[in-house]
Amino acid sequence: MSPTNYLLLSALLFSIGAVGVLVRRNAVVVFMCIELMLNAVNLTLVTFSRINGTLDGQVMAFFVMVVAAAEVVVGLAIITSIFRTRQSSSVDDANLLKY
Amino acid sequence: MTTTLPALSALAQEAQPAVGEATGTASLAWLLFALPAAGALVLFLTGRRSDRWGHWLGLLTVVASFVIGLLIFLETVGLAPGERTRELALYSWIGSGSLNVDFGLRLDPLSLTFVLLITGVGSLIHLYSVGYMSHDPGRRRFFAQLNLFVAAMLVLVLANNFVLLYLGWEGVGLASYLLIGFYQDRPAAATAAKKAFLMNRVGDVGLALAIFLLWLELGTTQYNEVFGRIGEVPSGTVLAVTLLLLLGACGKSGQFPLQSWLPDAMEGPTPVSALIHAATMVTAGVYLIARTNPIYDLTETGRLVVALIGVVTLLIGAIIGCAYDDIKKVLAYSTVSQIGYMILAVGLGPAGYALGIFHLLTHGFFKAGLFLGAGSVMHAMNDDVDMRRFGGLWRKMPVTFVTFGLGYLALIGFPFLSGYFSKDAIIEAAFAQEGWQGWVFGGAAALAAGLTAFYMTRLMFMTFFGERRWEKVPAHNGEAYHPHESPATMTVPMIVLAFGSVGAGAALYPVLPEWLAPTVGELRELEGGALPHAVVPWLVVGLSALGVLAGYLFVGRRPVPVERPERVSLPVRAARADLYANAINESVVERPGTWLTRILVYFDNRGVDGAVNGIAAGLGGSSGRLRRLQTGFVRSYALSMLGGSVLIVAAMLAVRFA
Repeated sequence: MSPTNYLLLSALLFSIGAVGVLVRRNAVVVFMCIELMLNAVNLTLVTFSRINGTLDGQVMAFFVMVVAAAEVVVGLAIITSIFRTRQSSSVDDANLLKY
Repeated sequence: MTTTLPALSALAQEAQPAVGEATGTASLAWLLFALPAAGALVLFLTGRRSDRWGHWLGLLTVVASFVIGLLIFLETVGLAPGERTRELALYSWIGSGSLNVDFGLRLDPLSLTFVLLITGVGSLIHLYSVGYMSHDPGRRRFFAQLNLFVAAMLVLVLANNFVLLYLGWEGVGLASYLLIGFYQDRPAAATAAKKAFLMNRVGDVGLALAIFLLWLELGTTQYNEVFGRIGEVPSGTVLAVTLLLLLGACGKSGQFPLQSWLPDAMEGPTPVSALIHAATMVTAGVYLIARTNPIYDLTETGRLVVALIGVVTLLIGAIIGCAYDDIKKVLAYSTVSQIGYMILAVGLGPAGYALGIFHLLTHGFFKAGLFLGAGSVMHAMNDDVDMRRFGGLWRKMPVTFVTFGLGYLALIGFPFLSGYFSKDAIIEAAFAQEGWQGWVFGGAAALAAGLTAFYMTRLMFMTFFGERRWEKVPAHNGEAYHPHESPATMTVPMIVLAFGSVGAGAALYPVLPEWLAPTVGELRELEGGALPHAVVPWLVVGLSALGVLAGYLFVGRRPVPVERPERVSLPVRAARADLYANAINESVVERPGTWLTRILVYFDNRGVDGAVNGIAAGLGGSSGRLRRLQTGFVRSYALSMLGGSVLIVAAMLAVRFA
């Protein structure tokens, strides 16, 4: 099976994630879409690693996973605390930081 | 004259006297100015606590200075003429790289002459002021400023270098400013003080530039070094230095074209007019030129300009003096005119330096006496100065009348009084010049002598003779006039000065040129010229007699109207307007200056400030619009990030595949 298919899959996953981030209002869903984009990138990295026959991309993928895990921890904590104060998880409601 | 120039300059180089160390009494010379300075300091610092005795302290310090000056003078007279120039170095005042200025005093015949004039006349006028200012609440302040003036003037004449001279020069300018504006509640006094200060600044810039030039050329400001080495300086620079020094002299001495501050300075108390604006400070310009005679000896053109300025000024002063009704302003224009004579004399070079100083001394006596007499009249007449309200005062104030009359006779050059010797000598020297200069200088000076006789006769008749016009009109403050003779503190100085007016000329005439010779060189009597010496005195006395006669015919014989006639001939109108000096100053200097500042202010507001404010407003406005992009919606930020990324990727692809 050609590695190109993996790249196409990852592009598809990334696009789904990006569209999700842009159109969804629920913070948790937006968050999940971000995870989807990260994982699409991971898939790309691993695929290129395979194509080039080096381990760099795989090492990079581990880094992305670690960062994503840390990000989930902090992000979910923020979402929880916003929900506690505003009784809403919509990203459009958290719009105080503007001009 | 031109052919003798090299010989003259060689003479100037040789004539620099050896400078000795000041010992004996002369080592006390620093007390001359330190005492009045200390008096001023005490009076300024102790404030109201010294109100009761402050004027006596002021008088005492100046009298003490006079005594010390007299002792030093007597000691100097005992020395041989070649040893009479001595210096006293007090301390190193400015030491900075190649600029080294000592606080040093030069005791020579010229400076000692001035010391005696300043402290002598100064003492008399301090004494007079005790009486004159007795009803003034600001008497202590007055004496403090008068002491400050005496100290600064002594520094000016005693300095042995140009920088210290400049210190004294500015010091007398400050004291003059303070004293002209002494009556702080009068707007006219404040304006006159400002005018005097500003016009003096113009002259001071000239003096400062002259000093800079000398330092640039010679690297020193010490008199003996500058005068000894002035021959090394290129002739163009020498001419520039002389003209700049002349500008300084014009500012301080009220000479054309900077003459118009001096009559306005009469807003100050009358003793100030007598001491500062007649006898001493305004003669500083004459002192400056006489002091720097080795420089002027080198440039015929420079001296010619000096003499021309003197001639123009003496005519201006004499013409305007004929038209004023204000007794002090007539005397002020007379001062302008007489200083014109002195400047003319020093402009004649070695033929006139000593004569200029001679006239300065005699003028110091009789003009101070005249001003004190005018002050005495004002004192008696409720401080009014309008002569049209006076008349017939001689019987009411006999002492004032006699002393003033002697001063008057001395000023118009009545034979064998002071002015006869000094003024005639100048006119003779002017007539002795070669070519057109003899006729122009001599003719103008003789004509002005006739005018002097006219305006002074007019003043005498309007004040002391004729109808008692003050009996019919109330004074300016609404009260009736009660003329009375002044107290002894005022009459004694007037009597002493009257003796000077009578005798100073005859006493000094034979000895002064010889006494001054170590400083200003031998007096050279020129022969030939326009008119021989024997004719000139007759001519001058004749013109003066004509002036007196005209004064009697036009003023003494007719009743004087109390109100000033407004329908007068054109020359009188021009003279009443100071020959349009103020109008000329206004249109030539003031108005272009105002316009220039307005243009600059406009450029500053619109141009510089406009650019700065415009940039700030543009940035503020555009940021106000740009910040609308910060909506607070996370998803729109995400969209712009995505858009940015897509753009970057597209750009990279384009670069990669293009």
